[in-house]
Amino acid sequence: MSEAEVLAPVSDIGGPAQPLLQVQNLSKHFTVSGGLFARKSVVRAVDDVSLSVDKGEVVGIVGESGCGKSTTARLIIGLIETDEGTILFDGETVGSAISLRELRRRVQMVFQDSYASLNPRLTIEDTIAFGPKVHGVDPEKAREHARDLLRRVGLDPAVFAARYPHELSGGQRQRVNIARALALSPRLVILDEAVSALDKSVEAQVLNLLIDLKEQFGLTYIFISHDLNVIRFISDRIVVMYLGEVVETGPVEALWDRPRHPYTQALFAAMPSLDPDHRTQKPPIAGDPPNPIDPPSGCRFHTRCAFAEPVCSSTVPKLAPTGVALHLAACHMVDPNSGHSLAGSRGPGS
Amino acid sequence: MNPIVEISDLHVRFKGERTVHALNGVDIALAQGEVLGLLGESGSGKSVTLRALLRMLPPRRTDLKGSIRVEGRDVMTLDEDALERMRGGTVSMIFQEPMLALDPVYTIGDQIAESVVKHEGVSFAAGRQRALEMLETVRIPSPRRRLDAYPHEMSGGMRQRAMIELALACKPKVLLADEPTTALDATVQIQILLLLRELQREFGMAVIFVTHDIGVAVEISDRIAVMYAGRIVESGTLRDVVKHPSHPYTRGLLASTLHGAHRGTRLQAIPGAPPRLDQAPVGCSFSPRCSQVSSACAVETIPLSDIGNDHRVRCVLAERVLQAG
Repeated sequence: MSEAEVLAPVSDIGGPAQPLLQVQNLSKHFTVSGGLFARKSVVRAVDDVSLSVDKGEVVGIVGESGCGKSTTARLIIGLIETDEGTILFDGETVGSAISLRELRRRVQMVFQDSYASLNPRLTIEDTIAFGPKVHGVDPEKAREHARDLLRRVGLDPAVFAARYPHELSGGQRQRVNIARALALSPRLVILDEAVSALDKSVEAQVLNLLIDLKEQFGLTYIFISHDLNVIRFISDRIVVMYLGEVVETGPVEALWDRPRHPYTQALFAAMPSLDPDHRTQKPPIAGDPPNPIDPPSGCRFHTRCAFAEPVCSSTVPKLAPTGVALHLAACHMVDPNSGHSLAGSRGPGS
Repeated sequence: MNPIVEISDLHVRFKGERTVHALNGVDIALAQGEVLGLLGESGSGKSVTLRALLRMLPPRRTDLKGSIRVEGRDVMTLDEDALERMRGGTVSMIFQEPMLALDPVYTIGDQIAESVVKHEGVSFAAGRQRALEMLETVRIPSPRRRLDAYPHEMSGGMRQRAMIELALACKPKVLLADEPTTALDATVQIQILLLLRELQREFGMAVIFVTHDIGVAVEISDRIAVMYAGRIVESGTLRDVVKHPSHPYTRGLLASTLHGAHRGTRLQAIPGAPPRLDQAPVGCSFSPRCSQVSSACAVETIPLSDIGNDHRVRCVLAERVLQAG
């Protein structure tokens, strides 16, 4: 670490086996008023989501629009209030053992829109130094640190420190957002579609940078994206969400080799093929994802699933072990005792 | 066979506070019934090419040079009336954002009927009838009910289908598609791509499909043209370009896609960023980012060389390979 290090990294409490982040039974429902005479309806944006992130791990959250992946991220960092659920950071409960302010020093976030997330009236250097100053760091030292961070994200401080966001390209702005996230020496960085708006050639540069920084700063990432290629490249473990729920989770290799949930399979099959000789011939599923207002009963995917049976619309499937370590899926075909005619066909020993 | 769309040496320059050299000599020959994938990153000029083709660029701020011919007719000299007949008639366009392309205060059925009435001079009832047939064609479930739906009452994928239907209502010979699947979810995107592929065959349309996503281009295109800084740098059949990319930019683009890239490896990213467009380019615009750059790259304009099977590459290295025979 350089001398410009000003905010000491948060020390480890729980040891290497303690997950850095544990999210338990997280829920967030938004009420929407449907107009003057319409009754109020509820968007079940995040419904009973649990996940854990180990130290040094990259967890990828993937899903389509409205699946709750961004809401989950915002709940974790406290940008919106949770309805239900507990968040533990390094074993400490957020809200009692550690304050929200303290959590936000340890967890930082990078958003998709690189321009909207920067203050247009602050120079790049001031933007990066802003957070540390709020946390009581000497302004001169904070600026020095900011310049050091700019170097680390591949931007020459002599050129960029005094510039304003509008003078930068999208890729450069996203590097600034990453530098700003690192200014508070966080342990966990949540990247919410952080490379989605970038051109492909620049996307690759930023992904390489993220991998380097993770190593250098000993970071842990939650990586949210709709792009399966990105998720597969960067993640150790994947969480697949559909309409506010986790439908499948597991190590990237296991999940890629044999996805168990029909939705995950459809998602993988919907990826363009890139091989001129083997183009996609048939869409894996029909229709759009249903409206998250009043989602389908039972398994929320049953309206689009080729294997749907009565049990699927009556009973909510729980995340069940597939027989591969850490690989779980919420499908009645995984659980041997579900009553589905194919019960257990995708479960342990199958 | 005569190409249905023929663009040659098209230059587009936007004037204003800053000058932008958006297109710097684009040539496209689109055969009847052919699907051309126009691939490029933001600012490469792919959308400007489509808009120039329909003469939709703001005339007072745009310098347009070169020639554009559709069915042999010179588009550059068409008057407003003739342009209006062409737009939505012979040549139609679909966009990334259906919400902006559809009129929010008219039902889907009325919008389509209006277009048919205008271009074909039939009665409104006949227009509505065509709208219903078209809804069936684009496979919208319960079409009769959808006819009276407003755009905001439909889901993203449905709206995209409705916009495609509107574009195809007058049986255009050329369809211009500007990233029509980019804003869609993955499972919906593939449905729309396959639908377009089917409709293209059914109608025998020629299509120019603009996209930044190689995967999407592979799913839809017969031929691919890769754009960089307002020029086509490589073009050829889908198979030639994807399996034997010959311009260093195309190669870099294919190498930096994540498809099948493995964890723990570094991605082969192209260094640097696309050039600013405030000056007309001299030599190869990609040379500042190219690993094989030489002094030859800076001199004048590099022509497209045909390296066989109509596979064209704008690179001094390709020229050299050809000369070496």
